Amino acid sequence: MKTCLVVDDSKVIRKVARHILETLQFEVREACDGREALEACQAATPDVVLLDWNMPVMNGMDFLRALRESGMTQKPKVVFCTTENGMGHIRAAIEAGADEYVMKPFDRDTLESKLQIVGLV
Amino acid sequence: MKMEPISTGGAAVSSIAFSVLTALLEARTGQQLASYRSWRVDTALKPLIRERGLDTLDQLVAQLLDGNDAAIGDRIVDALVNQETSFFRDGPIFDQALEVLAACERRRPRVWSAGCSTGQEPLSLAMAIADRSAGGLPPVDIIATDVSDAAIQRAKSGKFTQFEVQRGLPIRQLMKWFDGGDASEWFAKPELVRMIQWRRHNLVAEAALSGGFDLILCRNVMLYLSPATRVAVYAGLAKALKPGGVLVLGAGETVIGQSDALEPSRRWRGFYERVA
Ligand SMILES: C[S@@+](CC[C@H](N)C(=O)[O-])C[C@H]1O[C@@H](n2cnc3c(N)ncnc32)[C@H](O)[C@@H]1O
Ligand SMILES: [Mg+2]
Repeated sequence: MKTCLVVDDSKVIRKVARHILETLQFEVREACDGREALEACQAATPDVVLLDWNMPVMNGMDFLRALRESGMTQKPKVVFCTTENGMGHIRAAIEAGADEYVMKPFDRDTLESKLQIVGLV
Repeated sequence: MKMEPISTGGAAVSSIAFSVLTALLEARTGQQLASYRSWRVDTALKPLIRERGLDTLDQLVAQLLDGNDAAIGDRIVDALVNQETSFFRDGPIFDQALEVLAACERRRPRVWSAGCSTGQEPLSLAMAIADRSAGGLPPVDIIATDVSDAAIQRAKSGKFTQFEVQRGLPIRQLMKWFDGGDASEWFAKPELVRMIQWRRHNLVAEAALSGGFDLILCRNVMLYLSPATRVAVYAGLAKALKPGGVLVLGAGETVIGQSDALEPSRRWRGFYERVA
């Protein structure tokens, strides 16, 4: 079973994402900010991180940079999932190393399609 | 006159209204309403009924029969026809389609996307072609057609919703080939949209396009047609191909038993070739 770490400060978003991901046969873990997510990745690397941008403590971009610099040998795919829906943000995220980008609000089709594109469905 | 209600899964639709709509759809597109399994006629037409300030489907059908409004038939057909599509639908077929084009002897291969809906299929092919050839857009002629004028107009506008650009389209393709994002609207770049000639065309009621196509995509269109209509449309598509030209159908569609002029391709898995 593939694992997905859902990183979002909104409990509702985490719940919705979890529900969809479980129907797509993912094992789901959750984190509420970048710092927690980094710790979770270091403990056990997931196949993919679904990553919010705006979060307290450590935001999505800072998490992504920390992940790239962490020296972890096995790195997860990173799919941003955010309300930042402009081309500028998308470009910045991809340049920082994200693999895919989901614009909120998302539904099952969107998540399935994006996970398919990164080769996980 | 007594109208017998028949159930369409929701509110009752009078059988006369239902027959009128069935006849309209079949006459315009060759599609059979009866073959839609869980199709809900009234759900599909509710927005149009409301837009016209009407209360019931019977009133809408009465307006259609009035004949005073030429556009209403088109609007009804557009609402009843399944136009579902997405970018890079059944992804691997696009890679193989590029191989077909690369193997073409012709300097400027000709492609027809028949039943292209709102344009995602030919736009995906155009992006794939442009990405494959370094240094500018390659010389491939793509003609994209659909029976629905509304679908063709939308395709031509290049405008897509946030939902649509997130189905099948890799984010790097979005960055490269689209502008916008404000107000959740995205626009395919004009040079991409202009790689395609857009035209309204009815596969059932009109002769197939001529021009010796190297490749025809006609995906997820035939499945709604009656068997007899399908045979006729396949014959037309075969004629539109150059000898040895390739036809691509949707997943789960086949020409087998419906055409002598088309056979499963030995070279291109899942595709068909004109043999006669
Ligand atoms: C389900 S969509 C498929 C779109 C695209 N080919 C794909 O596979 O994603 C079917 C399209 O066929 C069009 N269509 C239906 N009957 C047609 C006809 N008789 N002639 C041309 N197009 C037709 C519909 O308007 C609709 O846009
Ligand atoms: Mg947030």
